[in-house]
Amino acid sequence: MGTAVLGSVESGLIYAIMALGVYLTFRILDFPDLTVDGSFTTGGAVAAIMIVSGYPPLLATIVAAIAGFFFGAITGVLHTKGKINALLSGILMMIALYSINLRIMDKKANIGLLGEPTLMSQISAWTTNPSSTLIMVAILVIIIKFAVDWFLDTEVGLALRATGNNPRMIRSFSANTDNTIIIGLALSNGLVALSGALMAQYQGFSDVSMGIGMIVIGLASVIIGEAIFGDRSIRRATIAVIGGAIIYRLVVALALRVGLSPSDMKLMTALIVIVALIAPKIINNMKEKKRKADRRKRLSNTSPQWEGGDNNAKA
Amino acid sequence: MLKLKKINKIFNEGTVDEKIALGDINLELKKGDFVTIIGSNGAGKSTLMNIISGVTIPDEGLVEIDGAEVNHLKEHQRAPLIGRVFQDPMAGTAPSMTIEENLAMAFSRNRPRGLRKGVTKARREMFREFLETLHLGLENRLTAKVGLLSGGERQALSLLMAPFTQPKVLLLDEHTAALDPSRAALITQLTKEIVADSGLTTLMVTHNMQQAIDLGNRLIMMDKGTIILDVDPEQKESLTIERLLKEFERLRGEKFASDRAVLG
Repeated sequence: MGTAVLGSVESGLIYAIMALGVYLTFRILDFPDLTVDGSFTTGGAVAAIMIVSGYPPLLATIVAAIAGFFFGAITGVLHTKGKINALLSGILMMIALYSINLRIMDKKANIGLLGEPTLMSQISAWTTNPSSTLIMVAILVIIIKFAVDWFLDTEVGLALRATGNNPRMIRSFSANTDNTIIIGLALSNGLVALSGALMAQYQGFSDVSMGIGMIVIGLASVIIGEAIFGDRSIRRATIAVIGGAIIYRLVVALALRVGLSPSDMKLMTALIVIVALIAPKIINNMKEKKRKADRRKRLSNTSPQWEGGDNNAKA
Repeated sequence: MLKLKKINKIFNEGTVDEKIALGDINLELKKGDFVTIIGSNGAGKSTLMNIISGVTIPDEGLVEIDGAEVNHLKEHQRAPLIGRVFQDPMAGTAPSMTIEENLAMAFSRNRPRGLRKGVTKARREMFREFLETLHLGLENRLTAKVGLLSGGERQALSLLMAPFTQPKVLLLDEHTAALDPSRAALITQLTKEIVADSGLTTLMVTHNMQQAIDLGNRLIMMDKGTIILDVDPEQKESLTIERLLKEFERLRGEKFASDRAVLG
């Protein structure tokens, strides 16, 4: 069980980087960006092909993130300059990336990294600590969290947030919302590709289908995190997203333990997101009803004439 | 300061819904002019505002601000020149961001946005001083989200942010219309003070005739896309609602269409 938990936290932290990217588009820009499914794989593909070609893993990881940044920017250009609907621009980019990813991976559906140096193998060569991977990934995630917090407080970051919140207002304050959307999508997909590059090295292979459903996993992490940890400020929300990603992996590990097969995971993820989207509304409704019932009860206790009115209403 | 030459705008040209929104509008505002615009629905008041701010592109005609032609500039490129308050109190502020963040965005209007912090200590002090002039206690709620403010408070904030970075022109588009009477009176009072203090060249659209008469030094009446009446500063001193309505009947041969304009 211990190693299962450790593994879940490790992969949860890697997914957290992707979830932070999804948070940037979904929550900050209010842009449902489906590029993620493609750009996650792009990250894995670029990292894997570069590593097997003999480049150092660190360089491979950085180039992977830049590739994601680039393709995210293209989605932004499709939407802002090409005036294509937000969902459709993401879908188009995702489909295009499927072919592009195969090209990157030299038309192989799968590239193994067994026996190749990776960021993880390099770190563990230095130390005998069994949680070296965990520590490395955790530090990286924390750095990224603070970088995102910092960025969203800068002048450009404020304009980016306003673009998702009230584009008309920020245009009247001289911000070019086309540019803020493109920057936001580029940064988001840069993070997603970085996450994909780390995941490929962590699991020891890159696969052309490793990104399928990634957007839903990212969304699940964001929603679960916000529901549990709250989202009152940006700082709070980014930590919540990271927590959400880890909890999501723990839930998956638990589900596998109770006998679900790995192929059921996408269904389960979809169900988690559906429940997480619907449950808050139902809970709010129930709270509201209870509050009203309590109020009615209190009023009927203090002033008897209200009871008559209540009965009349029932009759 | 602001010059409009032969502005024409037709919506849905060539279809059965064709509508001449503006026909040959000529208008010139001197520096420091405060012009109020009245007119019934569909008179072209809002289209005029949108054309000045670059939201709508005119079919023909020139827009000049401070001696420079701005026709080719997009909305966000003109924004440093123009302060704007919308009719909808929700339109001028970002609800899920804090008061100080909203002010910081307004403050970045006439300079390139970089990776500097939006809200610094020095700026926060400055924002606090600005907010104190509103006397709404907002200076103590700098980190409150704007979505928590009332419509009147949000509109007051918009009104404060519009002239924040000394634009050349201030556009007020029925900015008191969506508020209850007491809030509207407050915003009207604030408008008076802010325009007087900043000396900005101002164009204010309103449905409220009394407000149009009380504020500003010049009044324009629009109907069906044209300017039908232009009251200069001397005449405006002695203007009343009755005389305005009579003037409209004389010019148009029909009664002024909007009850809202009379009662509001």
